[in-house]
Amino acid sequence: PSTLLYLEHAGGKITGGSLSALTAAKALGGDVTGILVGSNEQVDDVLPKATKVEGLTKILASRSPSYSHAVPEALVPLFAKLVQEKGFTHLFSSTSSTSKSLLPRLAAQLDVQPISDVTSISLESDGDVYTRPIYAGNAISTVKPTFEGIRIITVRGTAFPQATTGSSEAPVEEVNPIELSEVPTEHLKTMATESSRPELGSSDIVVSGGRALKSAKIFDETLTPLADKLGAAIGASRAAVDAGYADNSLQVGQTGKIVAPSLYIAVGISGAIQHLAGMKDSKVIVAINKDPDAPIFQVADAGLVADLFAAVPELVNKLPDRK
Amino acid sequence: MLPSAREKLVLQGAVSGELGLPAAALPLFSFVAVALFISLYLLTMRPTPRSLLRILVPVKRCVDYAVKIRVNAQQTGVETNVKHSMNPFDEIAVEEAVRLRERMKDSIKGITAVTIGPSKAQETLRTALAMGADDAVHVEVPESANVEPLAVAKLLRAVIEKKGPYELVILGKQAIDDDAGQTGQMLAGLMGWGQATFASKLEVDEAKGSVDVTREVDGGLEQIRVKLPAIITADLRLNEPRYASLPNIMKAKKKPLEKFKPEDLGVDITPRLQVLKVTEPPKRVGGQKVENVDELIAKLKEAGVLPGAA
Repeated sequence: PSTLLYLEHAGGKITGGSLSALTAAKALGGDVTGILVGSNEQVDDVLPKATKVEGLTKILASRSPSYSHAVPEALVPLFAKLVQEKGFTHLFSSTSSTSKSLLPRLAAQLDVQPISDVTSISLESDGDVYTRPIYAGNAISTVKPTFEGIRIITVRGTAFPQATTGSSEAPVEEVNPIELSEVPTEHLKTMATESSRPELGSSDIVVSGGRALKSAKIFDETLTPLADKLGAAIGASRAAVDAGYADNSLQVGQTGKIVAPSLYIAVGISGAIQHLAGMKDSKVIVAINKDPDAPIFQVADAGLVADLFAAVPELVNKLPDRK
Repeated sequence: MLPSAREKLVLQGAVSGELGLPAAALPLFSFVAVALFISLYLLTMRPTPRSLLRILVPVKRCVDYAVKIRVNAQQTGVETNVKHSMNPFDEIAVEEAVRLRERMKDSIKGITAVTIGPSKAQETLRTALAMGADDAVHVEVPESANVEPLAVAKLLRAVIEKKGPYELVILGKQAIDDDAGQTGQMLAGLMGWGQATFASKLEVDEAKGSVDVTREVDGGLEQIRVKLPAIITADLRLNEPRYASLPNIMKAKKKPLEKFKPEDLGVDITPRLQVLKVTEPPKRVGGQKVENVDELIAKLKEAGVLPGAA
């Protein structure tokens, strides 16, 4: 196999999702070539870090102002050309909002059926086999592509460890961008949620709040000290997001972020199926809820039936300080 | 947009015709001049150009979101002898199309709902019609057929070519059965149209012939402007779909519904992926309780998941 890996970047760094996708791509064996796109400044900024990522055979870099916001309509011609000219057998990426928009568009133009949100990969004697969750993770489908042509795969980040950064120095090849005379889509602005906390999708500890938090103010006042004490990311249930207690970028669940930290603390979350689909692969799940029948307790390794407004401050108080 | 663009073309035709006229053909020339004047008058005097958008809304019949999913004994799929309903994201798409018409009464010429599915998928189309779609297209496939997103996108392209023009396609960002989340982007790729995925807000600007879309992306929101024709995939927060009223459900039964088979549309729906098996996810052993905060902390220390608490 010869794999092209889409190296996504945010804030001058390769995303954790792309590093997980690299681990997944390595499972196939063969070469993995990274493709890094962006404005001139973005590429300058990220490239030195990208070359240090262990496991990349080579990095293709393409710079253009029209690549700065990863608009699929602008990027697809470049990806299509690289795939066709360089004979890649596989194209991998993370299951990010960018890749989810880009890869299916590309796949349709190449007449290929992509495979989304892959959680495991195996190479059998008669070809490659993938598993992916369906029905919000309530069933697992095992599929094998039966067509000739490139496999286009998005990878669920939490299912694969992130590739590490080391002393390696992958060679870089600059690739000319493809400038279109007209792109039907124009990026106007990004309204990023600013946060000094670890990123929700890759944090080792997540503290999540539900509707029982009552208001945005109480949500913050209750969960922030706990998250600070643990160095955790903050998440929220859909109910809390819909009620306006938390920003929608914090939503954990089938329709939000899928997380799998070492420790997940669900505070005042009842545990709707769609929330469980987003966090049930966490290593240790703690639930704090005053309703002993809440479904969240069925998946909890440590369920505490208690009033969260008493239990959470007590927990903050008694938790050991981080070193 | 489109009709006015067409009128502009006619106008250009008239102008070039005028330039090519021999001086002797004066009566014809004045006729063309008058026609030109009238067209100009019509174009400029009309308060807003009636752009007459047509919207296509693809919908999918899925196992209802509230049904507990069970894998079948043969491990070939899930039990499907359960309640089905319209994919919730597609319901949001239908609602958005109907709201656009409510907001821009004269500009939306029609809303067509289309489904690809077995005969029972007709119920899903009737739901869309009861919510406010005008007509429906059913591409009927056998109950057992597994139609992958690539084939769905090709069928939708064929429907657009046959029944179009459509200037806007609005559909759910994913279906809650296979969770692939590909169809809209694939259709956009096949058509060469602009796309706006994960939309949580959209505003159509008729004059500019574009849509401004707020998208839900990792780490926040993004705003983009897409030229028409365009494909938009609906995210949860775009709107809250209405319930169809009884009179509207009755009315929906009389709205036109046209049927095709994939062969009629010249599309091969043979799957590209072989499903080897469908299995239950590993069961999580949970249900363990602790009595108080001290016990909770002790347990977390034991599990080794507390930072700095070695």
